[in-house]
Amino acid sequence: MATTHDDDRHDVLAELVAAAQRGEREAFDELVRRTYVDVYTLAVRLTANEEDASDVVQEAYLRAWKGIRRFRGDAQFSTWMYRITANAASTMTQRRRRQQATHIEDVAEPVEMRLEHQPEGAAESAAALEELSIAVSELPPKLRAIIVLKDVYGLTHEDIAEELGISVAAAKVRLHRGRKKLRDLLYDDHGRQARAV
Amino acid sequence: MTTTEGKPVRCEDVAALLPGAVDANEPVDFPVQRHIEGCLRCQAELARYRRMLRGLQLLRTQYLEPAPGLLAATLVAVTEASERRAVRSILTGKRLAYAGAIAGAVAAAGGTAAALLVARAKRRTITV
Repeated sequence: MATTHDDDRHDVLAELVAAAQRGEREAFDELVRRTYVDVYTLAVRLTANEEDASDVVQEAYLRAWKGIRRFRGDAQFSTWMYRITANAASTMTQRRRRQQATHIEDVAEPVEMRLEHQPEGAAESAAALEELSIAVSELPPKLRAIIVLKDVYGLTHEDIAEELGISVAAAKVRLHRGRKKLRDLLYDDHGRQARAV
Repeated sequence: MTTTEGKPVRCEDVAALLPGAVDANEPVDFPVQRHIEGCLRCQAELARYRRMLRGLQLLRTQYLEPAPGLLAATLVAVTEASERRAVRSILTGKRLAYAGAIAGAVAAAGGTAAALLVARAKRRTITV
């Protein structure tokens, strides 16, 4: 059933994309309405900062509107948006890093992820997922980006490497380091849960 | 159990490989697999990584609530960008039209001047 629902959603998005490519602004606005929560969620996970995430969302849709005619449809619109968002967030993170050098007191604390809803029958408890969200937000930005894009959103190493401006080999190395770091944030040396869940 | 280099496989070696091996992103040697099958500590560590990956995949279905004004602000930003682009396009079109008109006027003036010079030269030749 979920597959049928997903197929319907993809069909609707594909029609909206086609209309937006013909220059219909209303169609693009509808695409924004239908996808912005998803894009915002990715942006928060990448930047670990709600304010930056809002800026990234706006920037991502501006880039999408400018480049909608170049979208060939060989990937899903959502995947294309993830790639644009990853690129916009990477730019934002680099800008933040430069600002941090001079204004360290302005650095935002890792955001506490507020979950909007939990799917029923989830294998992990809501509290465990929230702990995981917080641990992800505490990863260094470069490692966080890889973990989020690969392990949460399932992008390929090739797509990730292209959007972050790194080699595929570097993406794989960062994924390895990111998983190890995340494991260390979640568990102590003896494998016990390092956080109260 | 030994690695392909003949060294015995230690739990520390396995722990270093697991972040890449947990989803077959980086394949491991047979001796490493054999070690994990016989080592409760490494099995527990593998289970932790698998649980972590499962949790990360589940995060994909957890949506975060944006600030109330984000949608409106995004739509306004796209509208403004569209308008700026339209204005730029019109200005570029006008600039091209002006440039074309000026080029045409210059060409016409040049042509007229050349025709006058040729006519004057012909008159002189006849007079002489």
